[in-house]
Amino acid sequence: MAFGKTADSRRRQGLVLLLSPVTLLLGVFFLIPLGIMIVYSFLEPGLYGGVEWNWYPYNYGRIIGWPLNDYETFEPIYLSIFLGSVKIALLTVLVSLLICYPAAFWVSRMSEPRKSFVLFLITLPFFANLLVRIYAWLLLLRPSGFINMALESLGLIAQPLDMLFSSFAVIVGMVYIFTPFMFLPIYANVEKLDFSLVRASQDLGAPPVQTFLRVILPLTVPGIAGGSIIVFIPALGNFIVPAFLGGSKVQMTGNLIERSFLQSRDWPFGAALSLLIMGSVVIIVMFQVIRSTRQNRGAA
Amino acid sequence: MGFLQIASAHKAYQTPEGALVRALDDISIDVRNNEFLTLLGPSGCGKTTLLKIIAGFEDLDGGDIILEGRSLKEVPAHRRPFNTVFQNYALFPHMTISQNIGYGLDVAGVKKPDRDRRVGEALEMVGLVGYGSRRPAQLSGGQQQRVALARSLILKPRVLLLDEPLSALDRKMREAMQIELKNLQDSVGITFIFVTHDQEEALAMSDRIAVISNGRLQQLGSPTEVYDAPDNEFVANFVGTSNLFTGRIIDVDTGQGLVTMETGNGRRLCAGSRAYGLGDEVKLILRPEHLRLVDGDTPDGPCLIEGSVKDVIFVGSVVHLHVDVGFGRTAIVYHHHDRTGFRNDIEHGAHVRLAYAPDSAHLIANGRG
Repeated sequence: MAFGKTADSRRRQGLVLLLSPVTLLLGVFFLIPLGIMIVYSFLEPGLYGGVEWNWYPYNYGRIIGWPLNDYETFEPIYLSIFLGSVKIALLTVLVSLLICYPAAFWVSRMSEPRKSFVLFLITLPFFANLLVRIYAWLLLLRPSGFINMALESLGLIAQPLDMLFSSFAVIVGMVYIFTPFMFLPIYANVEKLDFSLVRASQDLGAPPVQTFLRVILPLTVPGIAGGSIIVFIPALGNFIVPAFLGGSKVQMTGNLIERSFLQSRDWPFGAALSLLIMGSVVIIVMFQVIRSTRQNRGAA
Repeated sequence: MGFLQIASAHKAYQTPEGALVRALDDISIDVRNNEFLTLLGPSGCGKTTLLKIIAGFEDLDGGDIILEGRSLKEVPAHRRPFNTVFQNYALFPHMTISQNIGYGLDVAGVKKPDRDRRVGEALEMVGLVGYGSRRPAQLSGGQQQRVALARSLILKPRVLLLDEPLSALDRKMREAMQIELKNLQDSVGITFIFVTHDQEEALAMSDRIAVISNGRLQQLGSPTEVYDAPDNEFVANFVGTSNLFTGRIIDVDTGQGLVTMETGNGRRLCAGSRAYGLGDEVKLILRPEHLRLVDGDTPDGPCLIEGSVKDVIFVGSVVHLHVDVGFGRTAIVYHHHDRTGFRNDIEHGAHVRLAYAPDSAHLIANGRG
């Protein structure tokens, strides 16, 4: 057994070597900053940015509903902005899901060359700068923009629609940006869906709707869950799209964080808000991990 | 009026290169109630297309599928009283074995107590009691096969369609499943339409075989008919092994029902036949097991071929001999070596004389098939 032992310890040495770069990277660039954020979120804001090293329990209080740092006047303005952000992120997920799910089936049935071409088209927007693409939507959605002009010239509307600086505009922009992230996981799932299972379901007497609900949908849940999480996480914390397309009317938590750090220079409050978003993301990812392990255990 | 009629079925495909492929070219078969019918043919011959059309997964270009006088053209797959066992079984991976087998009943709205009872019976029928709560991935290929069978048979279909269901199994398992399938068909009394490219499988299991090639029906008959009296050269070569000789009939003995044929090289061969007359161009088919080695005392004649052994292939129960019979022709002979019997010591190059009974030679008209 001496031989086994040496092979084992050699394998362990190799593992340590292989894992040390990623450990170092995560430690220096993720865990230490995260630790700083957690500590700062419990400290008093400095007058011109930075922190005073005093215990200060009001940052989280402000988020939950005591904006005056006194735990007396309850007014949950930040919480309602957070819930509004969750709503916008969920709507973004829903709309991009409704676009991508049927599209994935459509693309998966194409011939190989057409498939590659369509997949190339889906990644094409990444070649242009994000700000440029959001500006484009600004030009499309504004009262004298392309969409209003087109609708007016067709006689469908008398007055320009007020689309810009609304939740609608923000959701349109976010769906536009995040659609590829929804599409690719669903497509990967649909692509490997065994079509003979659909035939089998029909063959056993299930009409199309039942076949969809009992066979196709359950088998594409991993893709739907993956895509939804990949879209939901960045959508929840996004601040660029609401800043451009939401104007002053649509506030998301991302904008609050940005303003806390860069304008009001309240670092501890910004840190607390960031941890709120991170906490909600961790909870959602944990749900997904539990769901998929349970499913894999069942299938094994 | 038949039970299930396939009436001059036509189906053509456009290949990506633009060529037109006739997958089904005027195929008509009257399927009998409760029979085990096999669609036999090489891959790409159209047999699977025909099965898909019967199941309702594909539409016909021309012709019709008629069940007891009623056309099924406008009936979608999920309303046809047929069920399919797929080549890869197509078991639902996200359901347990019981859920898989009960799927059709569940869809049909059968209540849980009744469903559970029938699923239990189906599990018993295919010998998988106790496996109900497992997932398909936890079962072996043969077990998955049985689940697929149970899942289809539980719905008591009028016709069970089987698309090469044994091709993924190893030889021993396949042979066991052949017998099991045949017995199952006898006991459930359901018409089976079985697709395969394996002629041994077809011969072993079927009541009738439909041999299909290039989208056309080549022959429809019982296994013995198809094997002993092939309609054309394709059937003769595809079902079993054949020695084929082409020639013209030069002598007819109507009294004994015996004809003599002469090949282009002047070789004379006898055959028992009353169907052909003097001067007819024919092909003579000799099965390898009908040629037997005889000793030098046997008189020469048209029912005797001479040659020298080129290859000796031992396959266990018999020895396959490849015999050079002259003019570049090789005859294949299956020689039974019964340890005590005549000539168990055949070697490469040995001179042999091969005799056959005239009635074992089968004649087909030259130019067909």
